[in-house]
Amino acid sequence: MSTTADNMLDPKTSPTFPIAARGMLGDTQLRKNVRHATEVIQNKRARVVAEMPDWQQLRESGRQIREHAMANLDHYLEEFERNCTRAGGKVHWARDGEEAKRIVTALVKASGSDEVIKVKSMTTEEIHLNVALEAAGVHAYETDLAELIIQLGNDQPSHIVVPALHKNRQQIREIFQREMNLPELGDKPQDLADAARRFLREKFLRVKTAVSGANFLIAETGGVCIVESEGNGRMCLTLPETLITIAGIDKVLPRFEDLEVMLQLLPRSATGERMNPYNSIWTGVHEGDGPRSFHVVLMDNARTDVLADREGRQTLNCIRCGACQNACPVYRQTGGHAYGSVYAGPIGAILTPQLQQMHHAQSLPYASSLCGACYEVCPVKINIPEVLIHLRNKVVVQKGFSAEAVAMKAMAAIFRSERRFRAAQRLGRVAEAPLVRKDGQGGGWIEWLPGLLGGWTQVRDLQEMPKETFRDWWEKRESRGN
Amino acid sequence: MGLRVALFITCYNDTLFPETGKAVVKLLERLGHTVEFPAGQTCCGQMHWNTGYQAEALPLVGRFVEQFRNAEAVVVPSSSCVAMMRDHYPKMAEEIGDKRLAAEVAELLPRVYEFSEFLTKRLELEDVGAYYPHRVAYHASCHGLRNLGLGDGPMRLLRSVKGIDLVEIDHMEQCCGFGGTFAVKNADVSSAMLAEKVTAVLNTKAEACTACDNSCLMHIQGALHRQRTGVRTVHLAEILAGVEETAQ
Repeated sequence: MSTTADNMLDPKTSPTFPIAARGMLGDTQLRKNVRHATEVIQNKRARVVAEMPDWQQLRESGRQIREHAMANLDHYLEEFERNCTRAGGKVHWARDGEEAKRIVTALVKASGSDEVIKVKSMTTEEIHLNVALEAAGVHAYETDLAELIIQLGNDQPSHIVVPALHKNRQQIREIFQREMNLPELGDKPQDLADAARRFLREKFLRVKTAVSGANFLIAETGGVCIVESEGNGRMCLTLPETLITIAGIDKVLPRFEDLEVMLQLLPRSATGERMNPYNSIWTGVHEGDGPRSFHVVLMDNARTDVLADREGRQTLNCIRCGACQNACPVYRQTGGHAYGSVYAGPIGAILTPQLQQMHHAQSLPYASSLCGACYEVCPVKINIPEVLIHLRNKVVVQKGFSAEAVAMKAMAAIFRSERRFRAAQRLGRVAEAPLVRKDGQGGGWIEWLPGLLGGWTQVRDLQEMPKETFRDWWEKRESRGN
Repeated sequence: MGLRVALFITCYNDTLFPETGKAVVKLLERLGHTVEFPAGQTCCGQMHWNTGYQAEALPLVGRFVEQFRNAEAVVVPSSSCVAMMRDHYPKMAEEIGDKRLAAEVAELLPRVYEFSEFLTKRLELEDVGAYYPHRVAYHASCHGLRNLGLGDGPMRLLRSVKGIDLVEIDHMEQCCGFGGTFAVKNADVSSAMLAEKVTAVLNTKAEACTACDNSCLMHIQGALHRQRTGVRTVHLAEILAGVEETAQ
């Protein structure tokens, strides 16, 4: 088992979304798995949200808490640093992923270990920490069941909360059979859980250094909060001698009591549970209890650039629940890998290009029909469609001249004048005529269109334009005096 | 007493779906209202705005205000165009930096109604005296459902139609995959979404699929016709305009 860089989800090198999606759409098994999993989670979420009479107020509170934290990020980060340090933790600041990887690698080396056990962390996936650790001779063991499946299968996460959502039990069984050398392993959930447990238990007891992410950093206390379902996190947070937590600077909450809102919103939105089975909050180090050495690496990695954008900054309010992914009809068809980033789905479509400072992943803001299902379920009310549109504008401005831009400008000129608009309507009827096939009932249909418009006719016909526009009809009617 | 209603037909209804406009006129007049059609109207700017061409969309805000500022009520048979105006025009006016325009937008928008919304919320009607003896499936267009909060308004209107056999489709609230330029920019994913929607419609054995938005219907119709299903699409207004004497 090894961590390799050959299939990393890297927005800098990934194909565009339409190209990547095409491949996914042909994968029957993947589509069945994604459809099934997202439907199950969506239904669970809907049930536990419906039982909350104050859900909309909770969402609004969540939004306000996050917005306030981001608006005062400098203040709360420094408050967190002070309180964490006072409690015996050591805070490190990382400008970008490279610096974060250097710091973490050095800390692991300093702990005297060449192995680490890991709690599931999308932030470490974002910077491909495991690859960097491996290159430095440190082996990382993922201990979250889904992350373990991904790691053993030399795969990549396809969902923020359920990284192996694209795999079914039979596929997981094959991976475990092969990688754990268990040829007789069954595919019942109990069989798979038992195998993972036996495999991991030995690592929990042996490895002295752990790496975690963070769901929340609490400025007021200097504490760190992680919620999880399997107890693997609790093991990683309590058994090792050294604990290294890496967190995006956006993870900060001002006050301890903000968890009252967040710990209602997050589990219900993420996994459809009223409460997570394991809620861990730790503050610094304590004699004879848990890790003796505790580090927090606060990573920017372009988050301050996102914060600087008035319209894009609400993206940072995200609490990584994945509800938007489950609700998204696009994600539901393609799964996560098509997004070419560890952040997939609607949140990925707005977060990834911004974290890439719009230098890469320019196709992602267009990977949405703007149906708004994501905004509807977002526990902190991020208006994802609004941000998508904002980012599309950035892409258009960046691209400058293109055939599409020329067509769009021409259309805009048409819409600025009623006279030109009417002329275009007449011209449209003339232009389409050679493409129209009569249907024998007085109508006609276009079954093939050239260029970009050909995307339409690959599975759809287009009815010919009627002989008379509405305004022509209206004028005739008016001239007849009704 | 009848209202003076200005019809914003929208660019694509004007060009591609004039029957919808005629139906709106017919119904509103039948209900005792006067319909006006400001001749300088063109497009709300949605396609440009949503595709990222913001500078191109901005001038259309002023045009809309100019054409419709004197209307008692503006009726628009397209939920996505109303969503465009309601969700974005205030911000766009602000971006243009024209305070007077911003004030006019704020003053005008409360009088702008999506067609079904005008009937259920402004006129507080459910039974408009329509007759439509067909098996019909309703698709809840995303913008009407989520941006405008139409809720079950369109369904209540449909349930009151005489002779109708109204059927519910699975995942009624799921996007059909149109999404404007999404349908061509991400044609494959859009097709996959459309396949689910068409399957849901066909499963009901409906003769026609209706919605508050001809853009979704054009998309659904495109596949229904390509597959020669014989199922047609029809805008909600055309169902509600039907009366017993003229029913086909």
